[in-house]
Amino acid sequence: MSVRGSSEWDGIVASKTPVSLRALPIGTLYRGGEGMWTWVLQRITGVSVFFFLFVHVLDTALVRVSPEAYDLIIATYKTPIVNVLEVGLVGAVLYHALNGIRIILIDFWKRGPRVQRQMTWVVAGVWLVVMIPGTYYMMIHTIDALFGSTP
Amino acid sequence: MSSAPLAAPRSGSRTKQRSNFELYGWLFMRISGIVLVVLVLGHLFIMNILDGGVQRINFAFVAGRWASPFWQIWDLSMLWLAMLHGGNGMRTIINDYAERNQTRFWLKMLLYVSTAFIIALGTLVIFTFDPSLG
Ligand code: HEM
Repeated sequence: MSVRGSSEWDGIVASKTPVSLRALPIGTLYRGGEGMWTWVLQRITGVSVFFFLFVHVLDTALVRVSPEAYDLIIATYKTPIVNVLEVGLVGAVLYHALNGIRIILIDFWKRGPRVQRQMTWVVAGVWLVVMIPGTYYMMIHTIDALFGSTP
Repeated sequence: MSSAPLAAPRSGSRTKQRSNFELYGWLFMRISGIVLVVLVLGHLFIMNILDGGVQRINFAFVAGRWASPFWQIWDLSMLWLAMLHGGNGMRTIINDYAERNQTRFWLKMLLYVSTAFIIALGTLVIFTFDPSLG
């Protein structure tokens, strides 16, 4: 496990300590609660994006084969199902980036650890504010193709 | 309070053999992360949302973009930073979950070889792209 500051271990120790012996009002970032789930999501989104990037470099490499080969593979990205997956990918990257900034602020900003919980809400808020119009703009064509009157 | 003299330590100094690799890795995750915010979110915005998104992408679109050294450098930096950041993150995850030494070793070898392959392939594609194919 990478170094994530002593707070990670505080969380684990604190959770194994009887409640009566706990004297840690702050610093329990992990093991249960939002602190653990933000970390689990950071991990899942990081792995998913890494695997996608692998595929994405391979499909882009087709520009070296022929314009036809490239246009064919890009056509699959334009289909409704892959379009929805693409929205999911953007959502995953956006969460990972926003929560990544939160992690960096916890590590380097003096007040970071104290306001980490509020920062989780900022992450959720910014994510929603970007994703709602973002999803619409990414899907205009798909919505039109599936439900629009213009064929 | 008197006590028996302690025997001199028999093992060598441990500090000498340790490297700061994990510290630099930790720092790299944070520095590359900040740069990737601009590169990756900018890329996703331009490619998926701006002016029709993915629907307008084809060979000619790529040719137009890579005619500019600005986008070549953008994409090249993004490729290297994202693969190294993601690769180092995957290394951490393998270390966390693969408990047998053999499993851990071979999973990491697979990770390093495939990561190096993708970085090399992507770099080659950006540098040798030939718009006249279109
Ligand atoms: C967009 C900007 C990004 C930011 C701000 C960011 C930030 C971070 C941070 C702060 C960490 C935690 C590092 C640690 O615990 O030491 C991390 C982990 C990770 N990131 Fe990113 N990252 C970004 C993009 C990416 C991309 C594009 C990928 C995939 C190629 C990726 C894959 C990973 C992986 C696999 C981990 C390891 C997760 C874990 O150990 O639980 N990240 N990222």
